[in-house]
Amino acid sequence: MLRLITIKLLQAAPVILVVSILAFLLMSLLPGDPAVVIAGDQASPEAIAAVRHSLGLDRPFLERLGIWLLRLAQGEFGSSLMLNQSVLSAMGERLPVTLSLAGLSLAITLPVGILIGSIAAYYRQTWVDSLVMTVALVGVSIPGFWIAILAVILFSVVLGWFPSSGYVPFAQDPVLWLRSLVLPASMLSLFQIGFLARMTRSAMLDVLSQDFIRTARSKGLSEWVTVGKHGFRNALVLVITAMGILVSTALGGSVVIEQVFALPGVGRLVVQGIMARDYPLVQGVMLIYGFAFVAINLAVDVLYTLADPRVRYD
Amino acid sequence: MTELALAVPAAPAALAPRRRFRLMRRLVGHRSFQIGLVLLVLLTFAAILAPLTGIDPSSMKVRLRFRPPSQAFPFGTDGFGRDVLTRVLYGARVSLWIGFVVALLSGVIGALIGVLAAQFRSLDALLMRIMDGLMSFPAILLALGITAALGPRMESVIIALTVAYLPAGARLVRASALVVRELDYVLAARIAGASPLRIMLRHILPNSVSPLLVHMTFVFAYSILAEAALSFLGVGVQPPTASWGNIIAEGRDYATEAWWVMLFPGLAISLAALGLNLLGDGLRDVLDPRLKGPG
Amino acid sequence: MAAPLVSLDDVTVQFRTDRGWTTAVDGISFDIAERDCVGVVGESGSGKSVTALSLLRLHARGTSRFPRGQVRFGGQDLLTAPERDLRRIRGRDIAMVFQDPMSSLNPVLTVCDQISETLRLHQGLDRATARRRAIELLDLVRIPDAARRVDDYPHRLSGGMRQRVMIAIAIACRPRLLIADEPTTALDVTIQAQILELLRELRTELGMAVMLISHDLGVIAEFADRVIVMYAGRVVEDAPVDALFRSPRHPYTEGLMASMPALEGGITRLYAIPGRIPDPDEAIAGCRFGPRCRHAEAICRVAVPELLAIEGRHRVRCAPRTRATGGL
Repeated sequence: MLRLITIKLLQAAPVILVVSILAFLLMSLLPGDPAVVIAGDQASPEAIAAVRHSLGLDRPFLERLGIWLLRLAQGEFGSSLMLNQSVLSAMGERLPVTLSLAGLSLAITLPVGILIGSIAAYYRQTWVDSLVMTVALVGVSIPGFWIAILAVILFSVVLGWFPSSGYVPFAQDPVLWLRSLVLPASMLSLFQIGFLARMTRSAMLDVLSQDFIRTARSKGLSEWVTVGKHGFRNALVLVITAMGILVSTALGGSVVIEQVFALPGVGRLVVQGIMARDYPLVQGVMLIYGFAFVAINLAVDVLYTLADPRVRYD
Repeated sequence: MTELALAVPAAPAALAPRRRFRLMRRLVGHRSFQIGLVLLVLLTFAAILAPLTGIDPSSMKVRLRFRPPSQAFPFGTDGFGRDVLTRVLYGARVSLWIGFVVALLSGVIGALIGVLAAQFRSLDALLMRIMDGLMSFPAILLALGITAALGPRMESVIIALTVAYLPAGARLVRASALVVRELDYVLAARIAGASPLRIMLRHILPNSVSPLLVHMTFVFAYSILAEAALSFLGVGVQPPTASWGNIIAEGRDYATEAWWVMLFPGLAISLAALGLNLLGDGLRDVLDPRLKGPG
Repeated sequence: MAAPLVSLDDVTVQFRTDRGWTTAVDGISFDIAERDCVGVVGESGSGKSVTALSLLRLHARGTSRFPRGQVRFGGQDLLTAPERDLRRIRGRDIAMVFQDPMSSLNPVLTVCDQISETLRLHQGLDRATARRRAIELLDLVRIPDAARRVDDYPHRLSGGMRQRVMIAIAIACRPRLLIADEPTTALDVTIQAQILELLRELRTELGMAVMLISHDLGVIAEFADRVIVMYAGRVVEDAPVDALFRSPRHPYTEGLMASMPALEGGITRLYAIPGRIPDPDEAIAGCRFGPRCRHAEAICRVAVPELLAIEGRHRVRCAPRTRATGGL
């Protein structure tokens, strides 16, 4: 186990380096002189020079890359220009919102997606399958932010069931916290449920056609045990590999959903940063998301190994 | 978006003409494929024939602001008195074009990277770590960062989405290429002295085409959705050029009063993505039955 | 004669295909007595496995149907019995060993899980007892170091070992009938003999009837008391093993025997039956073996022959061969 994690960590190291370099390169995509772009068109030459110097833009490319990596190694993720705050502390303030949103969304997605995907596979080529798969297909085909706006109109404006925007911290009032997140999280889940249901269905179809399912039936096991135990345990292995994608799309989707519901999360921070040309902030957030995703993939790999006895690193 | 790469497909033998004909027949008879194709053809025609409405998509008539759908304006008018139907039709040109180009570019470049990685082991580790790194960012965030840096223009959106969706294609092609290169007839070709380039072009690429084509169809759908999201966030195609995404973004502020402005472009996006997903499902079922991962 | 353990009567199985329903097994009738050992032989596609699966109704659900016939067991028709009743029979009264031990065991469950599952279901054993029983069963199927092997996952076992585990699962509840569907086909030749030997011993030890399915006449000759030869979804010959090998009556059976390599006599040219087995929905007038038969006569292309007894328990489906006796 420990050995497995060590191996995985060693494999992740180069990816972390690549993520760092990519985030750095993003800055050099800026057309023209980044210092001018950042300082603004009306800035005085002195102000531009100051920005240039403070960002180290007056040094050669490779030296800047070296400095960037060195500072990252020391846990220095840069500071936001618009907030006068380090990226880490700015993110720290907003992360609970995004994690609540993405977490709640995954809590809805996982049971629903797996359940309906399995049901569709079990009743393949019947009206149940068609119905579930049509719903799933619609889920992955409608733009999340669009359906979210429509949902706000219906559930908040017309029916008044949920607040149309804003966030209440969990520590302040758990009930209001849930109320403020139910609608955004559900909207975020639509795509995810569709995606997971389609994934689960095909994994289950694959598993249910295997010989060992027939063996299970030949033992006299009920359909519930055959599908729920023998089938699902195998399909789970495939579904686990989808976890990384689910987390990634949940975080990505939250950027848009936070904007619709005016939730003060990391996604909204990024968008505000882009509007304010606060590139160090955008860069820092992307970097942290990139690192987080490498860590999530690592966890998924370990989970996968635990779920499938055939995969062993010894 | 990586799930296609997860399922290593069995490489089908290069298509013989007769088999190709049979595939075509099964494809044409496939229900999902039929519906998807019809939707896509209709939307493409709508995009091409947009000028037939005879209305300038940007002509503003303040007198005609916020007209609800009627015979004169089937989709109503927006806050500037522009005809929403015309804007949705012109928006189709932009949105479908972006989706198509992104699917094509990310597929072709991805295939190139994938084959290079599979063929030249020395490049493999480097190329794949770069792909892993790109995949570590949520696709929409990566695209957001790139468009923000390049400036909000159509070209930026295309570049950003291509970069975001390229790694999945590269991994897919690499995986199927790795399977194909170990097949007996490819080994035989290598022993017979065929050059790596020839093996790549004659054997490995043709065998990766089916899964790649399926993947590209799904990328087409994702790109339309992603373009809309980027436009909504303000970094996509900029007004007054209409794209489905920015019509929704503009309509959002008065969604409660003039719901039609944002309703119809959203429906258009949904139909386009639905059509492409159906098309992809059909292609996958027929071309590569083993590749059952969803889109 | 005592009532048979299982009795197949006109069993017909159809599958759904793109072009409608295809008949894979067409009017199969035979009995299996207690402690009987019946061998079913035929080429792939002859319907042997489909017949075997119909004893437990294990065909893919929704895409198969039984338009005619019965499988009588314990006063019930297994083709129409409610699923609940079938589940009580599966694994307890009738158990099955499948062809490919690599894919027939669940890769993510331990051997212990997979054996004790049956015991706990049908005999209501608790976890610890079931585990002890599982180890005993592994001993019984001659798996060395059973107490340790019981916690292994299938992928850690060799093909032969896995088939032994499959057999252990099948005999766990001492079934009255064991169906073995090509149990040795996927294994190495040396392992094949060991598995057959094991099955033979278990059969006497546990006093169960066995239905052994194989495409290999040699395996059948060594193992069965009675042989049923199938061709294109039908029984073409049904005889005690000695009678069949002494004097095969159906031209197809003759062909099968001629294509068996003889151990003595050195290198001889092997005989091959010309042509191939027809597709289930291929239209053939008269005898389905007719087009490949060296002895075919005019009558063979006109009338579908009946399965008729020619002497004692020897039945043949061949018009010319049964004409002399007109059946008994």
